[in-house]
Amino acid sequence: MMKTTAKKIYIILIFIFLYAPIATLMVFSFNKSRTRAKWGGFTFQWYLSLLGNREIMNALWNTLFIALVSSLSAVVIGTVACIAINNMTKRKRTVIMGITNIPMLNADIVTGISLMLLFISLGFKFGLGTILLSHITFNIPYVILCVMPRMRQLNPSTYEAALDLGASPVHAFFKVVFPDILPGVLSGFLMAFTMSLDDFIITHFTKGAGVDTLSTKIYTEVKKGIKPEMYALSTIIFVTVLLLLFLVNKAPKEKNERRI
Amino acid sequence: MKNSRLKLLSSPYIVWAVIFIIVPLGMVFYYGLTDKTGAFTLDNIMAMMSEEHAKALWISLGLSLLSTAVCFFLAYPLAMILAHMNVNQHSFIVLIFILPMWMNFLLRTLAWQTLLEKTGVINNILSFFHLPALNIINTPYAIVLGMVYNFLPFMVLPIYNALVKIDPNVVNAAKDLGANNIQTFFKITLPLSIPGIISGITMVFIPALTTFVISKLLGGSKILLIGNVIEEEFTQAGNWHLGSGLSIVLMIFILINMAASAIFDKDGEGGLL
Amino acid sequence: MNKELINLVDISKAFDGETVLDELNLNIHENEFLTLLGPSGCGKTTTLRILGGFVTPDKGRVIFDGKDITNLPPNKRQLNTVFQKYALFSHMNIAENIAFGLKIKNKPKTYIDDKIKYALKLVNLEGFEKRMPDSLSGGQQQRIAIARAIVNEPKVLLLDEPLGALDLKLRQDMQYELIRLKNQLGITFIYVTHDQEEALTMSDTIVVMNQGYIQQIGTPETIYNEPENAFVADFIGDSNIIDAVMLEDRLVSILDTRFHCVDTGFGRNQPVDVVIRPEDVELTAPADGILKGTVTHLIFKGVHYEMEVTANGFEWLVHSTGMFPVGTEVGIKVDPFNIQIMNKPASEDEEAAGIEE
Repeated sequence: MMKTTAKKIYIILIFIFLYAPIATLMVFSFNKSRTRAKWGGFTFQWYLSLLGNREIMNALWNTLFIALVSSLSAVVIGTVACIAINNMTKRKRTVIMGITNIPMLNADIVTGISLMLLFISLGFKFGLGTILLSHITFNIPYVILCVMPRMRQLNPSTYEAALDLGASPVHAFFKVVFPDILPGVLSGFLMAFTMSLDDFIITHFTKGAGVDTLSTKIYTEVKKGIKPEMYALSTIIFVTVLLLLFLVNKAPKEKNERRI
Repeated sequence: MKNSRLKLLSSPYIVWAVIFIIVPLGMVFYYGLTDKTGAFTLDNIMAMMSEEHAKALWISLGLSLLSTAVCFFLAYPLAMILAHMNVNQHSFIVLIFILPMWMNFLLRTLAWQTLLEKTGVINNILSFFHLPALNIINTPYAIVLGMVYNFLPFMVLPIYNALVKIDPNVVNAAKDLGANNIQTFFKITLPLSIPGIISGITMVFIPALTTFVISKLLGGSKILLIGNVIEEEFTQAGNWHLGSGLSIVLMIFILINMAASAIFDKDGEGGLL
Repeated sequence: MNKELINLVDISKAFDGETVLDELNLNIHENEFLTLLGPSGCGKTTTLRILGGFVTPDKGRVIFDGKDITNLPPNKRQLNTVFQKYALFSHMNIAENIAFGLKIKNKPKTYIDDKIKYALKLVNLEGFEKRMPDSLSGGQQQRIAIARAIVNEPKVLLLDEPLGALDLKLRQDMQYELIRLKNQLGITFIYVTHDQEEALTMSDTIVVMNQGYIQQIGTPETIYNEPENAFVADFIGDSNIIDAVMLEDRLVSILDTRFHCVDTGFGRNQPVDVVIRPEDVELTAPADGILKGTVTHLIFKGVHYEMEVTANGFEWLVHSTGMFPVGTEVGIKVDPFNIQIMNKPASEDEEAAGIEE
């Protein structure tokens, strides 16, 4: 009894540690005072002025655009790569998986500067395009990480059975293989989207002047003081995600039960 | 026929990996090993020995090792509790730790400024209980706290995953053969969770060693980490050769780490999920 | 029978409000090969885990050698377990696996080395000391799991479906090996399985369980030849279970036909269940049988033919070395000794309760 109470207290303390800053930020978004340190009373004004803040809204659209396009691209490239990797000899697979792990294991700062050096020597114009290429690059490993285990669990006979029953390889893939790896693909997409949204370091090195994502915008604002609208926006994003996850988490469970 | 077609499928990714992973790393080495005229030199690498850079590297190593250790000692009991909770809601546990990432990383870290300030939330709570005030903002301890805060999930999840994979009967077998709880832990549970521990250490140590953001936000720009030095060489000083040279030194540490995780994580699938 | 070693007294256990064991009583003797047999969910594994100390019963006591060990943790018990899927320590080599329990007890090194050699010889895996568990086949891992348990010289070895993961041929070989081991070691084996053939081959005593109740305890012969209720009859081997009425002592009406039998004491005109094993049904010329029927199915099974004969609206399962083609009119005869009469359960609940009452 004592033990379980101690365990519960430990878990609760860790969660306070993890979520206290988030709660703090949410409180800021309702703070009338412009400075973080003082509580100036409750207000909704930052939520209203947020809509009129061109710079923040631009950064938001950039962030969402990059996160969505880069994670979708990574899902396509990564899933296709998984099919191929799964059919490779063990040695080749080890080499490719080793390369795949580089962006995950390497320091973000090194990935960032290496891509920056690449874009400079290729003569690319720094902007949304370079950010996008970088994000796809660091997102692919997360997709492969999520899809590969599912792929390994697949019974190869089901695919062969589909071919045997007259399905074309593409048809067989989408009818037989894809539904089985779908959970992996989805979590890969979610993971990639999250990583892209939260990235600062790599974007910092591969963005051009005048193009900002939320992260880089916040970074430039740190010295001058963060605009309260930013807190309001972050709160909206966080709560939206929370609600979405809550809904999504409930829906597939019911579906699974029905399938069983 | 079937195999050659499947091989073709891997080509887009291989091309992508070569252009955006291998070639850029090659460029870091190229810049790091040449001077402005393009001649070969080791000066950029030896620059790490200079007093200023060596100090930054030492501080970085010290703080990142400390935060990795703190993360480990916080995460292991937590992962054990979670693994024993008998919830078959694996994804839910992963989610709880991924969720904070939806609040921007910089903002989350900045929030600690407010929490840690002399008159901040934590000190208010401490003074309410008549406890001594915590004055760690703008000190190395604040940086360690920021690192632990940001990277703790990357220690918890791999260890948790390693622990849930252990067959409960293996633990039962140890007890059946006479081992008490402590013996069972040190002889069975801990050794079997080593792959998770190693991948957790890798995932915490590397970003902690190379960060420049956390030190900037919580260290009050008084404490320069090696990440700050490299970042400034690229964005302000514009000396890519020196920046690349220092990065190569950093990559030696990263390589050691990767080698360690390759030895212990034989599936090559990482342990995060 | 040897002296009693373990007594389970009024053991009850529920998981999440679902009763798994209900007031179970069982006595286990020294040097006995006892098998807990039943379908999945019958409570056999829970019983074993209670003996091993991995599950604490909600009610009741576990007596071992006269001492109450109900609340004794597994590491203090003089029993060792061979787990389902072996549960070897994958980070240790075979020698370290086998030495585990002895090292915990701080036995001297020479003693441990001798024991490892002896145990590996006993399970026919000499020279495997330095191998890792992953490099062994399923059958070999199983032997190591047994070796790891027996070096500790337990008084009782608990085996939780140890052969479940092996293929048929290997399983049969291992059955003989286990019998040999048990005789060589002279200790009690408590064996859990859902495979009736395994139970019949190896056991001194079989405990048939269903839905948390013991249905019947007996030697393999009694369990097979004299099942006490329809569940046991149905679970052990193939059988024809037929509604019948006991007209008087030694006379039963099966499918409105009078059969002589040897059972007495059921009273007059009492509804009963009758069990007749398929190999005990004799097929004759139509005129020589007590019942007349038609062969509807015929399959060659190797040692015998399996046939289905429809007679008086019931499909009789028949095993016979003689062959009768489909459509043949046949007579059915049963020797009175081979008709097993069982009381009908009064309700669904009592069917589960079986002989507990």
